[in-house]
Amino acid sequence: MPVEAADTLAAKDLVGIARLTPGEIQLILDTAEEFLEIARRPIKKVPTLRGRTVVNLFMEPSTRTRFSFEVAEKRLSADTLNFSASGSSVSKGETLIDTARNLMAMAPDFIVMRHPDSGAPHRLAALVPASIINGGDGINEHPTQALLDAFTMRKHLGHLDGLKVVIAGDIRHSRVARSNAFLLTKMGAEVRFAAPASLMPVAVDAIGVTPFYRLEPALEDADVVMMLRIQRERQGNMNFPSVREYFDFFGLTPERLKAAAPHALVMHPGPINRGVEIDSRVADGRRSVILEQVTNGVAIRMAVLYLLAGGHGE
Amino acid sequence: MSNLLIRNGRVVDPSQSLDQGMDILIEDGMIARVDEKIEANEDVPVLDAAGLVVAPGFIDIHVHLREPGYEYKETIATGSAAAVAGGFTAVCCMPNTKPVNDDPSITRFIMERGAAVGLARIYPIGAVSKGEKGEELAEIGEMVRQGAVAVSDDGRPVMNAELMRRALEYSRSFEIPVAAHEEDLNLSAGGSMHEGPVATRIGIRGIPSAAEEVMVARDILLAELTGGHLHLCHLSTKGSLDLVRMAKRKGLNVTCEVTPHHFTLSDEDLAASNYNPNWKMNPPLRPKSDVEAVLNAIYDGTADAIVTDHAPHHQDEKDLDFSEAPFGIAGLETAVSLALDRLVGQRVIGLSQLVRLMSTRPAELYHLPGGTLRVGSPADLTLLDLRSRVTVDPSAFRSKSRNTPFAGMTLRGRPAATIVGGKVVWEAEQGSPS
Ligand SMILES: [Zn+2]
Repeated sequence: MPVEAADTLAAKDLVGIARLTPGEIQLILDTAEEFLEIARRPIKKVPTLRGRTVVNLFMEPSTRTRFSFEVAEKRLSADTLNFSASGSSVSKGETLIDTARNLMAMAPDFIVMRHPDSGAPHRLAALVPASIINGGDGINEHPTQALLDAFTMRKHLGHLDGLKVVIAGDIRHSRVARSNAFLLTKMGAEVRFAAPASLMPVAVDAIGVTPFYRLEPALEDADVVMMLRIQRERQGNMNFPSVREYFDFFGLTPERLKAAAPHALVMHPGPINRGVEIDSRVADGRRSVILEQVTNGVAIRMAVLYLLAGGHGE
Repeated sequence: MSNLLIRNGRVVDPSQSLDQGMDILIEDGMIARVDEKIEANEDVPVLDAAGLVVAPGFIDIHVHLREPGYEYKETIATGSAAAVAGGFTAVCCMPNTKPVNDDPSITRFIMERGAAVGLARIYPIGAVSKGEKGEELAEIGEMVRQGAVAVSDDGRPVMNAELMRRALEYSRSFEIPVAAHEEDLNLSAGGSMHEGPVATRIGIRGIPSAAEEVMVARDILLAELTGGHLHLCHLSTKGSLDLVRMAKRKGLNVTCEVTPHHFTLSDEDLAASNYNPNWKMNPPLRPKSDVEAVLNAIYDGTADAIVTDHAPHHQDEKDLDFSEAPFGIAGLETAVSLALDRLVGQRVIGLSQLVRLMSTRPAELYHLPGGTLRVGSPADLTLLDLRSRVTVDPSAFRSKSRNTPFAGMTLRGRPAATIVGGKVVWEAEQGSPS
């Protein structure tokens, strides 16, 4: 049963999927369809945010998310300012209040924020009048990623409700997994987390997800298989023995993918670790929509900026 | 000097099974008479305690006064002022200062500062290990000689089981408890709140209950092995309290304390705070089921004492990122109201049991003078007003710090006056009784 889209977004910020209603999610997805059209035009710029200022505050390294937001902002004709942890005085030890004061001196209308600490955008949102858009906070949320993933699923499969979506990898440290779980369960999909328990958060039933400790049973009849990056850097700690063993038991291979539905999509938020969580034959295969996710990311971020600026649905 | 007649109060003293209207005469800073009606010389000042409860002075055996070294958070002077304003006549201060109180000269410094300030009685707790590094024993005997009443590596748990064993053994010679902050640092590493459904929901790295419980279990076994007095600090989970029940049934020399924040707030309250570090403490706020378990332990006597774990921090530190902000809350000026409202007001325990938990037992556990109104005892008294409502206002704290999750909370009951050595060191302003 399709969800009725809301007319507007209730909050001034987008800090997490957890605070959105299904109607608001529907509104963002529907609005992004319009902006996807713009990407197909020869002149991709619209005057929607002319005269508005967006600060991109990235206190954690990021290239793809930051580029995606910047493209979205430029296509909406916004003025943009970039702050990153390495390129400014923003650093560990400076309090969020100081950061807020500094930023407000520039009177931005929007702050797109990536931060290593869970909840930082939520706290900043309560301190400043600008609209905060969370570009990833700690292990908590990455709402625009979940929105673009859902947008991509809907484009290919026509709907979200009833879909069986597998999310596999380092779930415990993944804000992408969490935002996707919030979004998909709100929209009526079934979410399965697949990982060894050492990479799984505790009590995932609390967020409406079913845990699987082996990949194969999770893949049964799946409509979507989303693989998360396994960070080689984490190898030194105690979560799993080796990359080789991880791939042996949890890597997505063409053979394992056979258990999923014939139309199943393969997704990945990037950057991909070939041969660690995903076999190149799958990553580059015909079911992969990984590059399309990137294109859709711009449309979703344009839609979010437009709606937070006071825009309405059609 | 220091003579006082306290009239018309309701005297509650579990050490003498007293709960009735009585007068108390103080002479030379000591309790001289407790009787139904006392007439004294006209030159003896009179304090009319009509409508108030008169109890032996409350003793908080777990506070952080931060001096020496962290005077920007708290000093012995501001911490003493906060203590008496919170109704405490004595506090025991943890050794995680800078330098650590692992040396008799520092113990002595704290004793002297406490006496010079002259408000609450200040009893230092010495470190178990040099520098709280968990490697070699500190000079426990020398610190006891200078006034230390217990040893603890609070804040830096003793991870080495053999060192803990030796500390429990060695401390027997000086008849002092080893107070243990129970936390397996490997299990808790990186965590900022209780690990469970709520942490999974709000995306904060968790500290599992087991981080506390495995250490409680280990140390109970070591207490059994050594016969030393193990005092377990700020227990926060049902599992820990069940282990203490088991130890007590076995007759082991194991005691424990709980805090007002763990019997009042749960991890759900943290979730509702919008990632506010004032809700961040160690041990963390636990699920509601553990809050119930702490209340149960208070009710059935498993808990020996209520302590504040007063942990003042500067606002600038609490404004840091949630994961970077330090653990702890300022507790001295809210504990009595929380206990009166949540424990006595909600009929978890009676007033006499509360006085036991906040005065009599703490004095017994740490072998401190006080905890009783027997004739000949030091005249340390806490007067309570059970009826007035107070709204927690951190800006009015005597403490240097304001880090509390209770701001704006309205509670029924509060301390009315604090008397140390027969001297009224603090008195509530005539508030707004309702
Ligand atoms: Zn502690």
